[in-house]
Amino acid sequence: MGGVKPGMTMFDGKMLDNIKKQKSYWEENCYSEAVKKKPERKDSFETLSGISVKPVYTPLDVGDINYEQDISFPGMYPFLRGIHATMYRSRVWTMRQFAGFGTAEETNKRYKYLLEHGETGLSVAFDYPTLYGYDTDHPMARGEFGKCGVAVSSLKDMEILFDGIPLDKITTSMTINGPAAIIWAMYIANAEKQGIPKDRIGGTIQNDILKEYIAQKSFIFPPEPSLRLIIDTFEYGFKHVPRWNTISISGYHIREAGSTAVQELAFTLADGLEYVKAAMQRGLKIDDFAYRLSFFFNAHNDFFEEIAKYRAARRIWAREMKKLGAKKNRSLWMRFHTQTAGCTLTAQQPEINIVRVAIQALAAVLGGTQSLHTNSMDEALALPSEKAVRIALRTQQIIAEETGVTNTIDPLGGSYYVEWLTEKMEEETYKYFDQIEKLGGVIPAIEKGFFQREIAKSAYRYQKEVDEQKRIIVGVNKYQLDEPITIPILKVDEKGEQHQINRLKKLRIERNQTKVKKALDRLRKAAMGDKNLMPYILECVHAYATLGETCDVLRDVFGEYKEPILY
Amino acid sequence: MTNNFVNGVLKGDPLSIARVITMIENNHEKAIPIIKTLHRHTGKAHIIGITGVMGSGKSSLIYELAKKYREKNKKIGIIAIDPTSPFSGGALLGDRIRMMNLADDENVFIRSMGTRGMLGGLTSAVYDTINILDAAGKDIIMVETVGVGQAEVDIVKIADTTLVVLVPGLGDSIQTIKAGIMEIGDIFVVNKADRPGVEQTIAELKTMLDLTRIVTERETPIITTIARERKGIDELINEIEKHKKYLKKNNMFEEKRRKRYETELVEIIKRKLTSLIFDETNLKEKIQSLTDQILKKEIDPHTAAEEILTRVIK
Amino acid sequence: MEKKIRVLVAKPGLDGHDRGAKVVARALRDAGMEVIYSGLHQTAEQIVRTAIQEDVDVIGLSLLSGAHMTLFLDVIKLLKKHKMNNVIVVGGGIIPEEDVPRLKKEGVAEIFGPGTPTDEIVDFIKKNVKQ
Repeated sequence: MGGVKPGMTMFDGKMLDNIKKQKSYWEENCYSEAVKKKPERKDSFETLSGISVKPVYTPLDVGDINYEQDISFPGMYPFLRGIHATMYRSRVWTMRQFAGFGTAEETNKRYKYLLEHGETGLSVAFDYPTLYGYDTDHPMARGEFGKCGVAVSSLKDMEILFDGIPLDKITTSMTINGPAAIIWAMYIANAEKQGIPKDRIGGTIQNDILKEYIAQKSFIFPPEPSLRLIIDTFEYGFKHVPRWNTISISGYHIREAGSTAVQELAFTLADGLEYVKAAMQRGLKIDDFAYRLSFFFNAHNDFFEEIAKYRAARRIWAREMKKLGAKKNRSLWMRFHTQTAGCTLTAQQPEINIVRVAIQALAAVLGGTQSLHTNSMDEALALPSEKAVRIALRTQQIIAEETGVTNTIDPLGGSYYVEWLTEKMEEETYKYFDQIEKLGGVIPAIEKGFFQREIAKSAYRYQKEVDEQKRIIVGVNKYQLDEPITIPILKVDEKGEQHQINRLKKLRIERNQTKVKKALDRLRKAAMGDKNLMPYILECVHAYATLGETCDVLRDVFGEYKEPILY
Repeated sequence: MTNNFVNGVLKGDPLSIARVITMIENNHEKAIPIIKTLHRHTGKAHIIGITGVMGSGKSSLIYELAKKYREKNKKIGIIAIDPTSPFSGGALLGDRIRMMNLADDENVFIRSMGTRGMLGGLTSAVYDTINILDAAGKDIIMVETVGVGQAEVDIVKIADTTLVVLVPGLGDSIQTIKAGIMEIGDIFVVNKADRPGVEQTIAELKTMLDLTRIVTERETPIITTIARERKGIDELINEIEKHKKYLKKNNMFEEKRRKRYETELVEIIKRKLTSLIFDETNLKEKIQSLTDQILKKEIDPHTAAEEILTRVIK
Repeated sequence: MEKKIRVLVAKPGLDGHDRGAKVVARALRDAGMEVIYSGLHQTAEQIVRTAIQEDVDVIGLSLLSGAHMTLFLDVIKLLKKHKMNNVIVVGGGIIPEEDVPRLKKEGVAEIFGPGTPTDEIVDFIKKNVKQ
């Protein structure tokens, strides 16, 4: 792979020669004989990404790896084995279950339930209108209230959402992108109202617009102003809210949209590097903001490929950040959150999803994740019920407390297969980097539909393989059962919508209108110039301008993004 | 039924228009009397052909043109043509996506069509579809074709005004489209003009146009647009109107129409003849047996063809 | 000549998950149909108007956000209003089992949940579109 590297490799030449001889002996005398008697189940074995897998891996496959340079130790460059020297021996990952539905009141109750059951961090899901920067009573919000998350239309809703939850004791992750700066400002304002200074709150905003254009499609503004807002949050963050991760660069949605593991890795890292370059272009120093960048990956079914993906991600990121001039160790760390793959959950025999989730979660842990969300078994059917969420959390607790996988760091490091696959993933990622560069960078590639087309192709191939029984999904195209589904399902209370709309209307009447108007006007002017918008957004939020009103100002100045036509 | 459909189309009823187009596309015999009756109600619309390479932003441009024409209270028909897969016979018709906001306006009628069997050329149903929209009172009919091929060359036979859309920086886009295309453009549009390389593209275009221009008093205009930002749309509409006036002034409008009807007439004859021959029962077997004979040198292909034709045309 | 089946694959509402819609669109094309894809974020009015102009035989609605009881039924209501009684409406996405009877009662012909082989959708359409 990639020729012999300078320095010491893991095995000396003589040892490799001997192994080579032994391998040919094995191939001729054992393996081929055995295959004649018992033919293999398939003509070829491949990972989910389509990487061809050999019957067995040996030192020959990792012969050119230089341990000191390429593998090294946990907490040491290139951080392949983990970003911390002690990893889970000191502290296990943060168990963070993504949750939100209906009104702020209902979701607040669910958060308290999760914290009581041992969850260690909150993760907010917003509903579609909120994700698009619309208030609950906007015409496009029809039918969507509270369905995929909680509706937050103003600071008032944010206050209720975190009522009774100490914002200096927990960390909160918020899955919000287009209007991320506004929602974050609401969180900051709420903390300030609770008497907690900005520099003592911690958490993450997803704030990753590139993957929205690529995969998830919850975008508002065109790329340029969107990037500006994101860099504004970077800058405001390291100056005023230093414990906050101002972005979570996400492969999760790219994968859910149908990409392979390789595509997830390559596109996510390309996005990450794009943000770094954009921030540097603005004049920010890489070591000032890089330590606040975080990542978010998917945990899919192909166990070893997933583990190799996380390991490769850390190494590539460290190397690329070094190339960009990062000096501090923390700037080279790839810290990431993982969620098990929603798209692998089946509506058929939903209970068996518990098993899928457990295996996926184990891959994330063996890959060294910093935090983890485990999906609930009923998510292919509806919003997760309380019991299903609890089982999902218990799955993480079993891995952490019972299995012993946390006793040593990167236990699969040195596995011939895993190290080979890690290198392979890295190699494939750089091939994609080259292609993206040829297209002129990430944004031109988005406008040309490169990522979208690559993902759609992979998604179609996957579905074809399932349809043709080349890929087995237990309970779907093999081992089917003809039984009614009896899982209890959570329903959003329909009365919540009216309740929320009433609250919104009341707010619009009772607040200080002059203050609102003045704040929105000041934001408009600032948006037309090039000042950091965070202080202006905070002013709007504090005045109880709604999410929709604030976004409308920005929509007016920035315009709205339209997708390129693609298949 | 014929009358209902004719009246529906003449009133501009979307459902009637849509159904008649479907009948035409499926070669439904009931469509013929409708089309026959509609003929005398046609001839008022200005037909604009829009062609250019993939990714040149044609759909966005059409969307912006349509919006501007609507401001002028013009009724719009849009025909978006995408290639049919030769393998499955299916097609993904996606140009509409860019124009979905027009779906709120009942004075805009958009129809997506697959090329179906016409080997990349314009399906003959396009002629009739234009006539239907024309009879339905559309003032402006825009016909969009994708890719570069026979369809682009065909479009000139249908359209009063043909726009060729290019983008800067597509490298050799001009090279690829020069074959046959340079001659057909009445107006050239360089879209996405905020991208680097605009000057170069315009310069190349000018050289190319100088080489191919047939001697006329009219110089082919090149307009730069940024459809996404609605820039250059007014200028483009202006040029389109100027071209129409130019045609009228020089009696070329009539001439163009004549040419179109001639092509249409020939197309219909061809289609009828083809179906006359190929609808003949047992033809497949006959062709098979004749092919066998050709293989064995018992007969030559020309004689075999004559044999079939004399059988049909009697 | 055999009539070509025309299908509108549409994404109503704000849900941006288009993986399923795109996979189905491709599968229907590969089965010889003409597929018009609406793109994201469509209102019921836009979908129905498109269905009329394109004279489709089938509308496939895809929604994973949970707003199907509102948005699918909006489309059905509008179709009835425009007397588009012969258009077959099918749905896909995250649709709880208990919502299916109501949707079918209102006029959705079939719901294809996660894990449905694309062939099943193709067969259903071919069987149910009047030739």
